[in-house]
Formats: sequence, structure tokens, C-alpha cells
Amino acid sequence: MANIMYWEAIQRAHDEEMARDPLVICMGEDIGVAGGTYKATKGLYEKYGPLRVMDTPISEGGFTGLGIGASFLGVRPIIELMSVNFAWLAMDQMFNSAAKVRYMSGGQLTAPCVFRSAGGAAHQLGAQHSARMEKVFMGIAGLRVVTPSNPKQAYGLLKSAIRCDDPVFINEHELMYNMKGEVPDGEYFHPLEGSDIARAGTDVTLFGYNISVHWCLKAAEILDKQYGISAEVVDLYSLSPLDRAGIKASVSKTHRAVIAEEDEAPVGVGSEVIAIINEECFFELDAAPVRVHSALVPQPYNHTLEKAAIPDHEDVVKAVLKLFGKA
Amino acid sequence: MKIEDKKRVLREMVLHRRFEERCYQAYIERKIGGFLHLYPGQEACCNGVMEAARPGHDYVITGYRDHVHAIKCGADPKAVMAELYGKETGSSKGRGGSMHIFDGDKRFMGGYALVGGPFPLAAGIAKAIQLKGGDEIAICFLGDAANNQGVFHETLNMAALWKLPVLFVCENNLYGIGTSIERSTAVIHQHKRVAAYNIPADECDGQDIEVVYEAARKAVDHVRSGNGPYFLELMTYRYRGHSMSDSRGYRSREEEELWKQRDPIFILRDRLIKEGALTMADYEALEKETDAYIENEVIKFSEESPEPRVEDLEKYVFADRETQLPWLTGKAA
Ligand SMILES: Cc1ncc(C[n+]2csc(CCOP(=O)(O)OP(=O)(O)O)c2C)c(N)n1
Ligand SMILES: [Mg+2]
Repeated sequence: MANIMYWEAIQRAHDEEMARDPLVICMGEDIGVAGGTYKATKGLYEKYGPLRVMDTPISEGGFTGLGIGASFLGVRPIIELMSVNFAWLAMDQMFNSAAKVRYMSGGQLTAPCVFRSAGGAAHQLGAQHSARMEKVFMGIAGLRVVTPSNPKQAYGLLKSAIRCDDPVFINEHELMYNMKGEVPDGEYFHPLEGSDIARAGTDVTLFGYNISVHWCLKAAEILDKQYGISAEVVDLYSLSPLDRAGIKASVSKTHRAVIAEEDEAPVGVGSEVIAIINEECFFELDAAPVRVHSALVPQPYNHTLEKAAIPDHEDVVKAVLKLFGKA
Repeated sequence: MKIEDKKRVLREMVLHRRFEERCYQAYIERKIGGFLHLYPGQEACCNGVMEAARPGHDYVITGYRDHVHAIKCGADPKAVMAELYGKETGSSKGRGGSMHIFDGDKRFMGGYALVGGPFPLAAGIAKAIQLKGGDEIAICFLGDAANNQGVFHETLNMAALWKLPVLFVCENNLYGIGTSIERSTAVIHQHKRVAAYNIPADECDGQDIEVVYEAARKAVDHVRSGNGPYFLELMTYRYRGHSMSDSRGYRSREEEELWKQRDPIFILRDRLIKEGALTMADYEALEKETDAYIENEVIKFSEESPEPRVEDLEKYVFADRETQLPWLTGKAA
């Protein structure tokens, strides 16, 4: 096991797959000569050259469509959208072309491409650079959505996404690229479906994904030490499809659920998880599930307002205590 | 340009330069957060064009490198700096930040963070001017790399088709973040890309304000006289990195030095000295005065201003509810 950073894990997955298959290419803004905004493609340009590591113009709609078109002929492009805020410009091609082409061609054409993008609120980046957009991608038939919470997942999910014949959107987080974690030394493929139990527990399930997994883990620690509440943390790294069986299993064990998301609440991961709980195991519940989420505002620039808008582990603790009638 | 105007603009350009350099320092001191894109090197572009136009009367829109454009339109430097400090007294009440400076009163329609986003907004502003029948024009300042967005071409087509009063100013500083123009764009000279839409286009030196001014006068006259859009490309250079996290590894120090020898402020200063309208001592005094103003007024104001209140987090998301009740409740009289 190597202890490496999130960006290094992503870089390693690129490198291994590009070394293995000459049809794996990557493209995006400043990914080549500059090595990538978050270093996720560092050194690849030098190693694989400009034909396979493409610095694109600032033409998100254009280069995303171009990558998808190449994938029709079996090329496996890893398309980096520098930030999810810019992915809006690529969504027409992602949704209307990549996600639908297999179905509307009756299975003749496929778009085996990977889209990677950095989302989340970082530090005071303001309204147009702080979007959390998982929910926008989650509801699209034909598109898989995964979101790694640690370097092992970042490495293994990208490896699987490149091999998978479906288009996969990988939602990364701007604040997590320097996070360290253990990654297997040998080749490793994280399943694109399912969920991980990040911490086992018995009294309440905390559902998180990507950065909110870390709030949940921190909250579980506090709940255990200070309140004697045993929280299970379920990492929903696959957002589409969501792991119905995993959600059901954990809630059937703990009988209580809190869903923590960095995004705003409406039409979000929390709403979806609660709907699944209702459908799968409503009568297992001892209390109504609770969502922890950000305020419904365009992200403010001011530091204090920004903090007020975005939840953290303390909000998760509060939600759990409320659930147990302790607050 | 008249001597008096040149002297005034020199004063403004020095303020613009020192303001930006002070931002740099404040960012290092962590008074400013988020992304910060600075303008030094490009001052003659904004100043030259706006001298030919009517600041505060004509509508201006731009990207994230927006402080100087706002100030040139008449925004108070104190309000701009307070915005960077995230204060309630800031031009966007601390909600916007560096990339989103706005001043509606001065018709500075804002800074936007998505590359290319302002193109169609500028055309829309021009459409409104056309409908309302005013003599204003819309001016859209964007970079070279923005022209690779599809919406650039869509906007040019509509602007030409509908003869909209909009002036597109392309500040071609040869880079989009770390990618040089020859690595991102098939055509270096951007005005050539516009020819296909039957829009008159010109290119000139963006470092000499008098050259910019003359080219911009032609451009502004064309648009204001009801002839439809115009595209003006200014060849320029940004001295600093794209934003604060950029160590400029993609270009050589020699290249930077070469451009600094054609500094827009020094070109104007030296010309005024040659014309006998200014002495070096005058210039040095001007720099000192400017720094004192920035320190004693702009920074002081920003430091002392209050933060927004957390209770007001959701203010400005929607219109004031009370004013909208007839439509929100369906009880319009
Ligand atoms: C749609 C979109 N894609 C990518 C970015 C990231 N980005 C910010 S500025 C920039 C370069 C723009 O260069 P240019 O238009 O030449 O303007 P300059 O910064 O040189 O003034 C890029 C790629 C963005 N903000 N928006
Ligand atoms: Mg540029």
C-alpha cells in the first residue's frame, strides 16, 4: 500500500491505462504542458505526447463533443472539465450525445468516455466557481456518476470508468486533491456500483459522498466519544445508480438516517436517498430521516457568509442529536 | 489626444496600476481571498477605448479581470477594494468578490467568471439600447482565448444580423492561463476570424494609448452611428500570472522583459515629458500621491468597513418578497 495524494492516485490511473492501451487519450484545458490545474495529468504530456494528451482551446461544448465522437470509434477519452461550473457548457453533448447514443441507435453505437471534473466550494471562489452539481448529472439515463472520497476510490473508480463501456462522470472535489490515503500497490478496480461502509455502527446511519463522507466520519467520532451514539458511515461513491441494497441494509440495521450533502437540498442526493428509504424500508425507521445541506443561495464571496452557507461535521452532529431528542 | 486629457489619463493609469499592485499585496496578507486576476500591462487597452467612448453612459461588460474596467467606468475604488475585502460596503456588498465587480449606476454591467459568457450578454444589452432608442453603445471587453467558445461565433452572427450597437474589444495578451495562443488557436490575429460575419474589424498596438484611442474612436463612431457591431483587437500583455496561483512556467522571463520595455504607462509618461507637459519629478510625485490615496483612503475604508451580517445570507437571492406578492400569490388586482 502506498500512501499517496488524491491527485497522484488520479494521475497514476491515467498513466497505467494510457501505457496499456494506445486508444486511451486525455483532453482538457491546461492538462498537457501545464500538467493540469490540480496536477492530475502531470507528466503525461511528456510521456505520451500531444496526440494523446490534448491541451484544448476553451471550447467545452466543442472538445467534449469531439471526445464523445472519438469514443464512437473505440477511442477511450478521459475528458477533463477544469471545474464543474464549466461543465454546464459541455452538458448538451454529455447528455444528448454520450448518454443517449447507445439507446437511440438500438445498441449499435457506444460512447465509452470518462468525464472528470472538480466540483465543490473551495475558498471564497464566489457564485460562478463554487457549484456542487452532482444532482444535475444523477438523473440522466445512460450516464454513470461516481464521486471518490479518498485516493483509493479516486484511483480505482477512474480505472474502472476507463474500462467500462458506458459513459461515466467522475465528480472530484477542489479541496481534496492534496488529501492523502492508502492505495493498493497492484492494479485495483473499484466497483462503479455500490457503496462503501466507511465506519460500522449500530444506532444511526450517516450517508455521505465525496467531501461529506469526511464530515460524517468526524461527526461519528464525536458522537461516539461524547454522546455514546454508534454511527455507521455509508459512503455513497456511486450516485448513479445509487446503492438501493446498501441503503436498505444499513437503515434496516440502525433504524435512523441522516444524509449529508454539500449541495443545496432541493432535488438532491438527500431527497433521493430518502425516497429510496421510503420505498425499500420505511417500516424499519424509528425516526424521520434528516438532511444536512447548504443554504439555497448562490455561493457568497465573503468568508463568513460562505461558512454560514456550507454545512460541516458540526451540523451533522447537531442533526443526529436532534434525531435522538438530545438537542 | 489633448495634452490635458493625456495628463488626466496618466494619473488614472497610475492609479489603476498601483491599485492592482496593492491588491497583490493584500492577497498575500490574506485580506483578499478566492481568485484574483490582475491587470498590470494592459492599462492602455481599457483606458484608450473608454477615452473614445463615454464612461458612465455607455454600457460596459467584461470577464473576471474586471477591477480597472469598473473604476474606469466611474466605480469608486474604495467600493471595489471593499468588495475584494468582502465587506458590506463593497460594490457587490461583499457577495461577489474580485471576479464579480458591478456598478449599475455607472453602467458597468459586471465581471463574469465563465470564459465567453459576456459575449451574448453584451449583444443583449445592445438589443435593449436599440429598442429604447438611446445613443449609448455596449462595449464588451474579453480576452483572446474567449474567442474559442462557440458562443463567440453565435454572438457575432446575431450582432451583425440585427445590426446591434455593440463594440467587441479583444484584449489579446497572447495567453489563456498557461496556454499560449499559438497552442490553442488556429488563427493568431483574432480580427481575421470576424471577417466572415461582415463585421468591420481592426487590430492595433494595445500598449500605446494614443494608438488605441485613435482606433477606438473609429470603432465607437461606427457603432454609435447605427452601423452595427465592430470588433477591435488590441495586442497587449499581462505582466503577472493569470491569477495568484500561476508561477508563469509557460513563458520566458526574456519575453516578459521585452513587453515591459513597451510599458503603457511609461510610453505615455515619456511622451508627456518630451512634449514638455510633465517632468520626471511630477511623475514621481504622482506615484507617491497615488499610493498615499490608496493607503489612506481606499485601504483604510476597506479595513474599517463592516462585514455583511450572517442573518442577511439569503438577501439578494430573489426580489424583495413584499414587492412581488401580487404575482407570488396570484392576487394581482
Ligand atoms: C467556461 C470556462 N472555461 C474555463 C475557465 C477557466 N479559465 C479562466 S480564465 C481562462 C483563460 C482565459 O483567457 P483569455 O480569454 O485570453 O483572457 P485573459 O485571462 O488572458 O485576460 C480559463 C481557461 C472558465 N473560467 N470558464
Ligand atoms: Mg488572454
